[in-house]
Amino acid sequence: MARKVVVTGLGATTPIGGDVPTLWQNVVKGVSGVRQLTDDWVEKYDLPVKIAAKLSVPAEDVLGRVEMKRMDPSTQYGVIAAREAWKDSGIEEIDHDRLAVAFATGIGGVWTLLNGWDTLREKGPRRVLPMTVPMLMPNGVAAAVSLDLGARAGAHTPVSACASGTEAVAVGQELIRSGKADVVMVGGAEAAIHPMPLAAFASMQALSKRNDDPEHASRPYDIDRDGFVMGEGAGALVLEAEEHALARGARIYAELAGTSVTADAYHITAPDPEGLGATRALKAAMFDARVQPEDIVHVNAHATSTPVGDKPEYTALKAALGDHVENVAVSATKSQMGHLLGASGAVEAVLTVLAVHERKAPATINLDHQDPEIPLDVVTDARDLPQGDIVALSNSFGFGGHNAVLVVRSH
Amino acid sequence: MASNEEILAGLAEIINEETGLAPEAVQPDKSFTDDLDIDSISMMTIVVNAEEKFGVRIPDEEVKNLSTVGDAVDFISKAQA
Repeated sequence: MARKVVVTGLGATTPIGGDVPTLWQNVVKGVSGVRQLTDDWVEKYDLPVKIAAKLSVPAEDVLGRVEMKRMDPSTQYGVIAAREAWKDSGIEEIDHDRLAVAFATGIGGVWTLLNGWDTLREKGPRRVLPMTVPMLMPNGVAAAVSLDLGARAGAHTPVSACASGTEAVAVGQELIRSGKADVVMVGGAEAAIHPMPLAAFASMQALSKRNDDPEHASRPYDIDRDGFVMGEGAGALVLEAEEHALARGARIYAELAGTSVTADAYHITAPDPEGLGATRALKAAMFDARVQPEDIVHVNAHATSTPVGDKPEYTALKAALGDHVENVAVSATKSQMGHLLGASGAVEAVLTVLAVHERKAPATINLDHQDPEIPLDVVTDARDLPQGDIVALSNSFGFGGHNAVLVVRSH
Repeated sequence: MASNEEILAGLAEIINEETGLAPEAVQPDKSFTDDLDIDSISMMTIVVNAEEKFGVRIPDEEVKNLSTVGDAVDFISKAQA
């Protein structure tokens, strides 16, 4: 019998809340964190996309000045979320050799990398800061969190584009189940609202160009969706072996009952139109959790608001859950905060855990005319979930054909 | 041309910016590593910022000879002359 893994701490910094209580309050209410960008580089480069979802509480309001200078923004966000989750867990004494980190990012220190390149060209090699390498490396977030917590049982960085954050949760579960750690800080962080990634995502026609109406730009499942909105932020969860949590009398939010990671091996960016890889991930995760389709009451969907991406997820859900899919309350929280890329899965894991714990499915905004080809029961106004033993899913899919699914069960 | 007092004050400002150390803690007899706890990466950042501020060049091979704040003040002062 595998060790049970439970969630005992939550942290986040997002476009609709700088901490978990604010995020939860807003995601239940249904607000938009998408705004017009006011940075001078938007006009300077005449970017086709002029909207994004930045943090609602800037990192400099939370971290010290010196600390900020030594971290890429992605690491700043990850550390902010991890500190909140750690405090929330109430862990005071721990064997640090049994504490691990699995903290993901999709891109890593892109601001540091590109600022370093600008400095080299404008001022020469002498001015390229010596902290550039540790700040730009994608494992920088996991390393910083490990250093911050004194976590010595390994610091992992799963990188699978927009599935990264979810895959980090899966890695954490494995570390506990296999006995390599008792507690794992898992999460994801991303800070890529920089003109180059915006130009690159726009170039592949992935982003919404609803520049004049930012709050309505992210509209998963709506017939008029035209792309995702780039967001930024971080989510973090303290995963703990159940016996470890019970021994210290911890508050347990929920059980992380199952996880699964699969690959489409179909196309480098396009999802398999039949959703076969996603279907396998859903079925494998439910098998891992030993739950049946009929047990599922809620899904936090990947649902990025791209014309091509939203439908295959429905196809996969229908294939994995059968007719029961009609009874499942589906929330698309990217409608509110945009797409946090490698952090999205971690933030959505936080929201799925809270949905089960609070027994409430968060709101999906901007669903004015639901795509008739996606007949899901989408939660537009936050909705109560049933009492008793309940199970929810969180899906994430990434460029490269990565599929990752979490199964969260009430505890 | 900056006086030694001005160089010291300028260094204190750069060190404060990089490490958060109070400017008054930066005194000529203080060792960068033993007293001020400045690691090699911070030291290189401080050196490069000092080069820009005082318009001098501090070669990499010289940096290891600058063990105290006073050594750095002297080097910068001579380099400016």
